[in-house]
Amino acid sequence: MELFVQQVLAGLATGGIYACMALAVVMIYQAIDHLNFAQGEMAMFSTFIAWQLLQWGLPYWAAFILTIGISFVAGVLIERIVFKPIQNAPVLSHVVVFIALFAILNSLAGFIWDFTIKEFPTPFGSSPLLGSGLIGSHQAGMIAVTLVVLLFLYVFFRYTRVGLAMRAAAGNPESARLVGIRVGWMVALGWGMAAAIGAIAGMLIAPVVFLEPNMMLSILLYGFAGAVLGGLTSPGGAVIGGFSLGVLENLAGTYIPVVGSELKHPIALVVIVAVLVLKPGGLFGRVSVQRV
Amino acid sequence: MSVQDEAIAHPPIAAAAPVRSWRSGVKVTSLAWGLALLIVALAIPFFAKNFLIFQLTMVMVYAIAIVGLNLLTGINGQFSLGHSAFYAIGAYTAAILMEMGGVPYALTLPVAGLVCFLAGFLFGLPALRLEGLYLALATFALAVATPQLLKFSPFEHWTGGVQGIVIIKPDAPFGLPLSQDQWLYFFTLAVGLVLYWGARNLVRSRTGRAMMAIRDNPIAARSMGVNTALYKSLTFGVSALYTGIAGALGAIVIQFVAPDSFTFTLSIGLLVGLVVGGVGWLPGALFGGAFVLFVPNFAEHVSKGLSGAVYGVILILLIYLMPSGVAGFVRTIRGVLMPRAPRNPSAAARDP
Amino acid sequence: MNRRFALKATAALVGLAALAATPALAQKKYDPGASDTEIKIGNIMPYSGPASAYALIAKTQAAYFKKVNEEGGINGRKVNFISYDDGYSPPKAVEQARKLVESDEVLLVFQPLGTPSNTAIQRYMNSKKVPQLFVATGATQFGDDPKKSPWTMGWQPNYQSEGRIYAKYILEKHPQGKVAVLFQNDDYGKDLMKGLKDGFGDKAKAMIVAEAPYEVSEPTVDSQIVKLKASGADVFVNVGTPKFAAQAIRKVHELGWQPVHIVNNVSSSVGSVLKPAGFEAAKGVLSTAYHKDPTDPAWKDDAGMKEWSAFMDKYFPEGDRTSSFTVYGYTVARTLEHVLKQAGDDLTRENVMRQAASLKDVTLPTLLPGVRMNTSATDFFPIEQMQMMRFTGERWELFGDVIAGEIGG
Repeated sequence: MELFVQQVLAGLATGGIYACMALAVVMIYQAIDHLNFAQGEMAMFSTFIAWQLLQWGLPYWAAFILTIGISFVAGVLIERIVFKPIQNAPVLSHVVVFIALFAILNSLAGFIWDFTIKEFPTPFGSSPLLGSGLIGSHQAGMIAVTLVVLLFLYVFFRYTRVGLAMRAAAGNPESARLVGIRVGWMVALGWGMAAAIGAIAGMLIAPVVFLEPNMMLSILLYGFAGAVLGGLTSPGGAVIGGFSLGVLENLAGTYIPVVGSELKHPIALVVIVAVLVLKPGGLFGRVSVQRV
Repeated sequence: MSVQDEAIAHPPIAAAAPVRSWRSGVKVTSLAWGLALLIVALAIPFFAKNFLIFQLTMVMVYAIAIVGLNLLTGINGQFSLGHSAFYAIGAYTAAILMEMGGVPYALTLPVAGLVCFLAGFLFGLPALRLEGLYLALATFALAVATPQLLKFSPFEHWTGGVQGIVIIKPDAPFGLPLSQDQWLYFFTLAVGLVLYWGARNLVRSRTGRAMMAIRDNPIAARSMGVNTALYKSLTFGVSALYTGIAGALGAIVIQFVAPDSFTFTLSIGLLVGLVVGGVGWLPGALFGGAFVLFVPNFAEHVSKGLSGAVYGVILILLIYLMPSGVAGFVRTIRGVLMPRAPRNPSAAARDP
Repeated sequence: MNRRFALKATAALVGLAALAATPALAQKKYDPGASDTEIKIGNIMPYSGPASAYALIAKTQAAYFKKVNEEGGINGRKVNFISYDDGYSPPKAVEQARKLVESDEVLLVFQPLGTPSNTAIQRYMNSKKVPQLFVATGATQFGDDPKKSPWTMGWQPNYQSEGRIYAKYILEKHPQGKVAVLFQNDDYGKDLMKGLKDGFGDKAKAMIVAEAPYEVSEPTVDSQIVKLKASGADVFVNVGTPKFAAQAIRKVHELGWQPVHIVNNVSSSVGSVLKPAGFEAAKGVLSTAYHKDPTDPAWKDDAGMKEWSAFMDKYFPEGDRTSSFTVYGYTVARTLEHVLKQAGDDLTRENVMRQAASLKDVTLPTLLPGVRMNTSATDFFPIEQMQMMRFTGERWELFGDVIAGEIGG
């Protein structure tokens, strides 16, 4: 029983990582209506920027805020410079440009900062919380920040003019344009916000997995999976999706002999696919209706 | 439904389904091009070094895999990030049959194709309910799981576990005075031609039209009496068959299979090749295959430390210049040379 | 003509002096890739992809050969070091190996990295009779059968020997111990695991109470550590690559688990593993070593490491000094330099292999004191010695004797 509790808590801690990333995934989905494969690398690059700022002697929170700002601007710039010129190209061409972006950021980070793992500080301390190390204070802090970002997104998309305009621009660009929304800038804004949330995710994840150019490689996959599991249109669903993924994976690894420990990733993914087959819109996503 | 609509209802081109009125003219020129290409292809091995022959063989192998992916994505409108799995299944089938069953290499291809057809068909069944991004994720999961399944310890006896399987490279048969590389080149070329011919005919057949109808408007297709579920699963199967045969050929050429050969990167590579060649245009696969093999080498030549960045920049520039891949480029040229032909053949084939 | 004769004569003298054991070297003999002025050396490394951290090794080696060339080359010949990227993908490794052999026509392929890539090219290299020299992996299959693969040779201590050394230590110091193992689920992890089990012999089943594999694609190994701790083990063998080993060290500490903790040699770097994991958490950890660690203050005034440091300053200033890969690459490159010097003017592939297979008690300044390289026609593992060490909280402290592995010759 103690093992069970420990695995669930460890799963929640890892799930927090996935949830963070899943939020960034949902954000970009709301803005551009598909997934960005370079998102993990963007988050990694932002985290390296934060690390560099810290190396130059900035206090943690100053570096944190500054990085979010830089990432926001960088996100907007990437949209304006890279994606605006090909906005009429087929979707698969966009996917290929995401892949290109992925390769560029990964290679550049390795070139500038090397591949040796780097320690990234946490503002929450690393002392065990709740007695004998069931969950670290950083993990708790990470989960808290995730929830704050979630709340922010919820309010933003529900109650602010910009948020609503952004949803309209992504969901139905033609009509949005007709009611006077500047669709192009909404997309750019969405990129900026996604990059900023990615930066937060990166800075929270790095203390756990260590900072290096390949740190987001697998986490992005789980971010996607979490977001899709929860429903791509629902930030809350994405967070729940991320957490359940972490717990599910740990329990499979612990309690299913041989298969569990060697194939814990595939098992988690199979479960997700199964959920999707039964509920194609994800657990909390809006059901899509197709009109002829 | 928006994503899926976008991805599927606006295929960049569908040149493989030309409109009847201008078909004959195009047919003659493409036939001439095809013949010229074939003559060059047949001549190359007698002039090139073995190393280049080997590289070109790999280009053809990737091209066959990309044709498979193109049938699924370009013709049927289903999205896959998991084709490295079928490539791996094909490769392992060939390797296991050759090393443990003592089966001649040529016979492993049909078996690999069949196994992959079944795997693809079965995978296609549950995937039927998934569309757009969800299908992408499911296939993504397949690609990620593949290397882990290949080294899964209970299967180690057959798969060689983490060590993989080393295969012996075949010699030219009947005492032909060809080097191993030359022979494999011709062998791959022959297999590729047969498969390409098959794909072309499939696309032009009744089945092909049904596949495209599903891509362009699934609901309309269904209401016209097309069994969408069956066709989608079948397309998955055929697509996997092509990629699986490519995998088997690849294994024979490389002489080695291991879990690390079939990671998610391979899927990405095939997808990039598909888009570079042109989604929906079968001959584009050759360009795609060449891109997959040669561009990373070129990027590395430019800068070793930043090869990834160079590769990415080349890719972006390519999409800038040819947003619909080589297919779009060819279409533009065609439009300039033959102004009477409709500029966008797919416009007529597609009913908005 | 004169100059040539003079060279020949000098070479003959050098040959006689240095290689009295192998006569008939006066004649200049060349295979493709070698000439009076140049020696072409090929290399395959993952410059891109998930294993790109290792590329630092080849970058160091390129810098080292630049140094060799600036100082006059090897027996007057400049080294042309051609290194290609395989992205850790076996098919690409085959392509690059063929490019090196057939297109660039190198004399030998030096330090191709990774077990999958080396397995992929092993048969090709042996059929072409081109040396696949000092492969950058400790997998036991590269060197355990010189008869079958006479053109393939390892360099570093193989993983199985390392596993046996740990088993021996545990049997000696903690015979009643319950052992838990974390290992990377690939050839390297499994090879080391095999050595460990072989070392325990028939006690393996009783001693090892828990095993947990992990995949490189996993973000963390926290779950595995929780599971291993729950098994009640009091000895923990950590067979992870740097990132995962560091995560494991930290998690073990966070959980308040206090086993006898052995970290494998791959992850024994102070700068790139123990420091990120936290010195507090890493205190008391055990490991083995065969070369000196650049970030270990114990070697601060060591002459060998000073030499390395001067090399880094001059030829590879942008290189990451906290990574032990730079010392590793430097040391292997020096080994090759030694072999090629010994080969003299007989730069045939056969003679290169013969020289590589006749190292006698060769030491290098960056190897641990007492570690010597020995090879023979039946022993293709140059380094088979390691020494146990304990982390004091800021540096490694060697203890016990230099131990020889038991695999191969």
